[in-house]
Amino acid sequence: MKMGLSLNHFLILGAFLFCIGLYGAIAKHNAIAVLMGIEIMLNAVNITFVGFAFYNTVKPWSTYLTGQIFAIFIITVAAAEAAVALAMIISIYRKRSTVDVGEINMMKW
Amino acid sequence: MDLATLLFWIIAIILVGSSLLVVGLRNIVHSALALVVVFAMAAGIYLLLDAEFIAIVQILIYAGAVTILILFALMLTRTSNVRTNSNPINKLWWIGAIISTLVGVAIIFAVTIGPHSTAHVGGGAAYGPQSAACPLPPNNVAYIGQLLYSPTCYSYVLPFEIASLVLLVAIIGAIVIGRED
Repeated sequence: MKMGLSLNHFLILGAFLFCIGLYGAIAKHNAIAVLMGIEIMLNAVNITFVGFAFYNTVKPWSTYLTGQIFAIFIITVAAAEAAVALAMIISIYRKRSTVDVGEINMMKW
Repeated sequence: MDLATLLFWIIAIILVGSSLLVVGLRNIVHSALALVVVFAMAAGIYLLLDAEFIAIVQILIYAGAVTILILFALMLTRTSNVRTNSNPINKLWWIGAIISTLVGVAIIFAVTIGPHSTAHVGGGAAYGPQSAACPLPPNNVAYIGQLLYSPTCYSYVLPFEIASLVLLVAIIGAIVIGRED
């Protein structure tokens, strides 16, 4: 079908994106930048799932597009997570006037 | 090199480059704008994989809604030095680089030369057998609709309803957390 491409192309692209997003989520000061890294990681996982759905060789009826269904649920949960996380960041900014994850230490003891 | 492969390499290079910009730029508003490019190029990857519905959903939800949400949050949490250094990295950035490199190497090892590698799986989806009760839908969108909603065929109705409950809880939670006291 697609002659030059294989599943590994998409898996390795997903791996690259995942570790870039992981670096962004670990190494950033700004909480919104951490959230952006997490969004990149979720996108990498989505690319992996859709790739597996396309190159699926185990084909009982009704399981062809299971990977795409998974991707839809991941998008749903990611949207909910982004809304709640940004509301929390804005609420913390109102109380503490900072979005630096190093300075937000209310839950540290 | 056929057209799909050429498109894949172009999209993949833009995707990885713009995601490096997201984690690398010093101005966080520019990072958020590079994030739009990441989401749009991921939609291109989904189109290459015959997932039209997910590509459209990606554009609508990620490039539309989530990016606007992030830009609004940036606007509401204004830092003093937006232009020069509003997106700093912390002191332990090299540990983060080591960890993410190790994770990436582990994944690439697992899919290429590991004992359970996926280097030789078959090529491409072909729609398979169908029954009289559940005829094969004509295209990707109809197929996903059948898999999500169908009350008679094999479908994901219950997880779909639970996902709507999750969204309702998230909406209420965002309003309760984000409102002014």
